[in-house]
Amino acid sequence: MTKVPLVMSQDRKQHLIKSLEAGVRIDGRKKDEFRPLSIELGVSSTAEGSALVRAGDSSVIAGVKMGLGKPYPDTPDSGVLMVNAELLPLSNPEFESGPPGIESIEIARVIDRGIRESHAFDAKSLCVEPGESVWMVQCDVMPINFDGNLIDLGGLAALAALLDARFPMVGGDGTVDYHERTDRKLELEQLPVPVTVGKIGKHLLVDPTQEEESALDARLTLTMLANGDLCALQKGGDEPLTRDDIKAMVSLAGEKGKELRAKLLEVTGR
Amino acid sequence: MELQVKDRDVVVPGQVVATGMEYLPSTGTYRLGDDIRANRLGLMKIEGKVLKTIPLAGVYLPQKNDVVIGKVIDILMSGWRLALNSPYSAVLQVKDATFDFIAKGADLTKYFDLEDHVVAKVIQVTSQNLVDVTCKGPGLKKLTGGRIIKVCPHKVPRIIGTKGSMVGMIKKATGCKIIIGQNGVIWMEGAPDKEYVAVETIRLIEELAHTTGLTERVKQHLVERTGVDAASLEHVEQEEEFGGSPDDRPRRYPREEGRPERGPPRGSSNDRRRRPYPARPRRGEQ
Repeated sequence: MTKVPLVMSQDRKQHLIKSLEAGVRIDGRKKDEFRPLSIELGVSSTAEGSALVRAGDSSVIAGVKMGLGKPYPDTPDSGVLMVNAELLPLSNPEFESGPPGIESIEIARVIDRGIRESHAFDAKSLCVEPGESVWMVQCDVMPINFDGNLIDLGGLAALAALLDARFPMVGGDGTVDYHERTDRKLELEQLPVPVTVGKIGKHLLVDPTQEEESALDARLTLTMLANGDLCALQKGGDEPLTRDDIKAMVSLAGEKGKELRAKLLEVTGR
Repeated sequence: MELQVKDRDVVVPGQVVATGMEYLPSTGTYRLGDDIRANRLGLMKIEGKVLKTIPLAGVYLPQKNDVVIGKVIDILMSGWRLALNSPYSAVLQVKDATFDFIAKGADLTKYFDLEDHVVAKVIQVTSQNLVDVTCKGPGLKKLTGGRIIKVCPHKVPRIIGTKGSMVGMIKKATGCKIIIGQNGVIWMEGAPDKEYVAVETIRLIEELAHTTGLTERVKQHLVERTGVDAASLEHVEQEEEFGGSPDDRPRRYPREEGRPERGPPRGSSNDRRRRPYPARPRRGEQ
């Protein structure tokens, strides 16, 4: 049996565009409206930090593990952050197990780039002994149920998990005791929140569902800081974006980013 | 010699619903010794002496004469493969697809292309669950425009309602065109905001399908959301294009496609000329 590509038929796409012209999305939202968002912290007892983010039928879990390792030779006094994403087959019939595909690599890299390029935390503070031992922070992001917008929700989940993380205890011989936690947190100085703006026809919308994602002409993920600085951009989809599109997308993403950041701060109590 | 449960009770597989020979097992129940037990999770339905369970959830299993909405997932040599929101896919043969003449080797995507949705009727389900459907018949067609939503196939009878009263109410209040497939796939088209109200209402029915007083609840919802007059939603029963409630449909077992009816018993006729071969001479006749 041939596998059908995840692209909406032209016929139904036209219907969707007609609906967008009236300002109503297929799930009744406005074009610039996020689905009701919930963020839950500490969902995993074995991870140093974890978070579960839900929006509509999408839910994404992120976990943070910390370990001691040897730093890279070119940055002997800097800790290491790794973001990894995996599309679990259980979250969507289209996802298959096996080596990571383009989609999961993209999600991981866009989230990673936002955190890395915003210098969200001081990598030097993760140094234990220069050239010998630094903290390696591994953040895993995975959808539990997929209904679109994995980059934004994954990015939020990753940030929430990093905020939730507490360093494990280190014994006298330098081994990590994962059963004991210290009160030490990762000092996040910035909250780089990714917002993806999709384009269907001439309409811009945020937080697309799976169905809307299958109809997207183009999308632009913008990761912004509280002061409006852009720290990561990722363009997807086949169609080009005009200069006006990008301007509109930047202002829309800035606005939505504020909402998401406020929600994140509220939940983590910062 | 008596019932162990009440009508509309929730039963679990293996639960004894009646003892003794007073009652008869039917769909969703079986007899074990003197007991009748449920074989699935569902609501008990007592029809006189006949005990049934109505499943609360589950997949769609194609049955003959069901009108379903399928999605084209493959183009075959002489037909199309349709996904039926079911473990089993269906084949739509060229001969069953259209009254048009289709030349040998013609490009079949001109009629139905990948990702198209089609209203089709199940014409045959084999014992191996190979499903054949047809597109020839009233109301059977390719669907253009509109949107598709999926619901639990077992909730379809409640969404349609008695004689189509429930879906009639939604159609009247929202002005949407709605086609419901027995497989839980629903197509609808209308004004964007009203279309969403229709989706919302169907989700509400799905959620409350097992409760009583559903019609009133749905009517109230529709009045709230669309502002139509409640009185205008009375008596919207309609000849639903796809027959009434599936509970009235013949049961799957015993199978309809049993043995073909027998002709007159062999050898009952003395007319030897109609036999393909002359009768073998009897021993001793020669």
